[in-house]
Amino acid sequence: MYTGASNFVEGVDWVFKLIFGIGFFFLFLITGMMIYFAIRYNRKRHPKAEQIKDNIALEIAWITIPTIIVILMFYYGYAAFQPMIWVPRDSMQVKVTGRMWQWSFEYPGGRQANELVLPINQPVKLNLHSVDVIHGFSIPDFRVKEDVVPGKDNYMWFKPQRLGDYEIFCTAYCGVRHSYMGSKVRVVTQKDFTHWLAALPLASAEPEGLTILKKNACIGCHSMDGSKLVSVSFKGLFGKTETVITNGKQRKVMVDDTYIIASVYEPDKDIVFGYQKGIMKSYKGLIKEDEMKKIIDYLKTLK
Amino acid sequence: MTEESYPIAHPSYLVDTGKRKGIKAWLTTCDHKRIALLYLWSIMVFFIIGAILGETMRTELFRPGQQFYGPQTYNAIFTLHGLIMIFLIVIPGLTVVFGNFVMPIMIGANDVAFPRLNLFSWYLYILGAAVVVVSQFAGSGPPDTGWTFYAPYSTQTHTNVIAAVSGAFILGFSSILTGINFIVTIHRLRTPKMTFFKMPLLPWAVYATAWIQVLATPIIGITLLMIIGERVFRIGFFDPALGGDPILYQHLFWIYSHPAVYIMILPAMGVITEIIPTFSQRRIFGYKAIAFSSLAIAGVGYFVWGHHMFTSGMSKEAIWVFSLLTFLVAVPSAIKVFNWVTTMYKGSIDLKPPMLYAMAFIFLFTIGGLTGLVQGALATDIQVHDTSFIVAHFHYIIFGGVGFAFLGGLHYWYPKMFGRLYNIRTANIAWGFLFTGFNLLYFPQFVIGLEGMPRRYFDYLPQFTLSQQISTVGGYLLGIGLIIMIVNLFRKSGEKAPDNPWGGKTLEWQLPSPPPEENFSTPPNVSDFPYDYD
Repeated sequence: MYTGASNFVEGVDWVFKLIFGIGFFFLFLITGMMIYFAIRYNRKRHPKAEQIKDNIALEIAWITIPTIIVILMFYYGYAAFQPMIWVPRDSMQVKVTGRMWQWSFEYPGGRQANELVLPINQPVKLNLHSVDVIHGFSIPDFRVKEDVVPGKDNYMWFKPQRLGDYEIFCTAYCGVRHSYMGSKVRVVTQKDFTHWLAALPLASAEPEGLTILKKNACIGCHSMDGSKLVSVSFKGLFGKTETVITNGKQRKVMVDDTYIIASVYEPDKDIVFGYQKGIMKSYKGLIKEDEMKKIIDYLKTLK
Repeated sequence: MTEESYPIAHPSYLVDTGKRKGIKAWLTTCDHKRIALLYLWSIMVFFIIGAILGETMRTELFRPGQQFYGPQTYNAIFTLHGLIMIFLIVIPGLTVVFGNFVMPIMIGANDVAFPRLNLFSWYLYILGAAVVVVSQFAGSGPPDTGWTFYAPYSTQTHTNVIAAVSGAFILGFSSILTGINFIVTIHRLRTPKMTFFKMPLLPWAVYATAWIQVLATPIIGITLLMIIGERVFRIGFFDPALGGDPILYQHLFWIYSHPAVYIMILPAMGVITEIIPTFSQRRIFGYKAIAFSSLAIAGVGYFVWGHHMFTSGMSKEAIWVFSLLTFLVAVPSAIKVFNWVTTMYKGSIDLKPPMLYAMAFIFLFTIGGLTGLVQGALATDIQVHDTSFIVAHFHYIIFGGVGFAFLGGLHYWYPKMFGRLYNIRTANIAWGFLFTGFNLLYFPQFVIGLEGMPRRYFDYLPQFTLSQQISTVGGYLLGIGLIIMIVNLFRKSGEKAPDNPWGGKTLEWQLPSPPPEENFSTPPNVSDFPYDYD
């Protein structure tokens, strides 16, 4: 675990060692005394208790000493946290967008990716945005974590110091696929990074329909590659015949413009056979009719 | 006072003496002892449900991937597990059972100040519980927000949040009314000779708790109403899409829910403070230090809520203030632990089941407290926040602390409550299972939490498998321990209990087991010190 993968690891781990060290000392002291007393002064061996009066000096000692210890712990915890707030000026800025249940990363120049590739030894500032609910952006190996709060400009920064792949987790509970909202940080050399970045598609080259689907977190449940997430995949959906349950009765429908609009505005009316009711909310008023048209145009291209 | 001073004319409180008999007599009782048992039975039923839900989660997590239910069900189950365990069990928990049963006797009172209000609080509790149950079956699917109802997820999700929130709202009122009742009882109904500093320490703890109940609970009430307002009327309190602020929700929620942790733990500490002198046959060490530390925890505990939000993006100045205050609130808890252990020094220690639970409490609570320091420190909290480290920490405090104290109290006052003894050997075996199972269950969660395993995860990466499996095995051992314990306590075969089986000094041990309906027909003698073993 102690890898030195980012510039914060050493400082944070030192505080861990300090607190765990003191903690284990007190745990062993308290438990040891308790067990020793229970054996030494067991009723069989020590039938008559000695009544010992309160001792003010002792009370003062065990108020003062723990107070000093915890203030020290506070100080070191604060001191190791301070550098996490102050972002170096030469940091590379990456916009991180959290949506149910996917991360995306936008690099300077408008290029977009689903994994976070970073050049080694280059400080990076992540600007955290959420389009729906609160997510948590966590890279345990780097000792960094910050909530991704809608409507709030949270950020984090760090300097990756070791090549390799590291896990990204969503740590703030965000719904049905919360535990699958992961990604990876890949720390590479500056040269590899430049190559990788140049090969990325531009965010603006994206079809409008896809942008709307992403903005409303549709693709968290509906995959675009045919895999089954929470609900049916968008791949090859348009023009397909689906079996749905309407008012408890099974029927077959052809997926066309009318059906798609109805299932976005009234998702619980027709449930595709084999899927659960009550998971999707109505997007009436959230996705406008002209936006629906763009979505449908995009879905037609997903063969 | 001896047994002879209670002639047959005073039958036990368990015997129906009024016009109503059986279940009707119980459901209309205003006797604090009977109400305590009403709570005990209801809490027991909910606890069994909550524990079964927990066991199903452990089974689901035995391997990565889906075992026997899907993520939506898992999310609904951890939400219900949290709702039941927090709002129906540990928040009322020791206050309503032992606070009701022994606190009035310990201060020499015949009942609480407002007996009818006391019964009404129980009915509110049952109503709140019923609404929580309804939320699972009615409407658009069981709530999936977690017990914390974090906005804007809770104001957007399609599931039946309103019912669950209303249930918690009603339960809050039950808690407030109990708090008011106990504050007035302790101020007004102490037997004339019992001054505040002649009071045993459980009433002190109940008193400090009651103030938190009265002052902090209204905040969660209004917060929950704001969620309903946002869901129903689209008023933008928390959802930024409506112009609200999600961080505001977290502040309001934790302003109550952090003090709520002290609502849970203070009476637990009170129970431990009663058990240790009795089984050491020694006067409590540091009576005043323990009494004042309860008040200190209740006071400082109001101002530490922000430590739940170090990664939320709140002001960096607020962050360090909350961190400092969090460390300071650790001190009064440490004082209590030192006083308890010192009370055992040169005592005459009898390792009966209540004492074993009390010692387990000290061990588990110390681990819970010390790991809390990791979370109080800013640098390290960033790493462990929202991971299974937190899950392990609060289970060590809430189950290892509050839960073990509850079981310790139950084994301590059981002979007084029911007039019968339980099998000591079986109780010890159950304790062994519970203690071993508990540590196997939660300790591995500290380890994988440090490695980054997030909480509330239906699925996990393969490197966490071994620890998850140890946890699951621990969970099963814990379940076996609970079954043995419950069977042992509630089978009808124990021999008759003497009035004072453990040699306790507080007033409840001067009454017959079980006590008569009217606790004291004449005012009891009060000694100068409640733990006077000289």
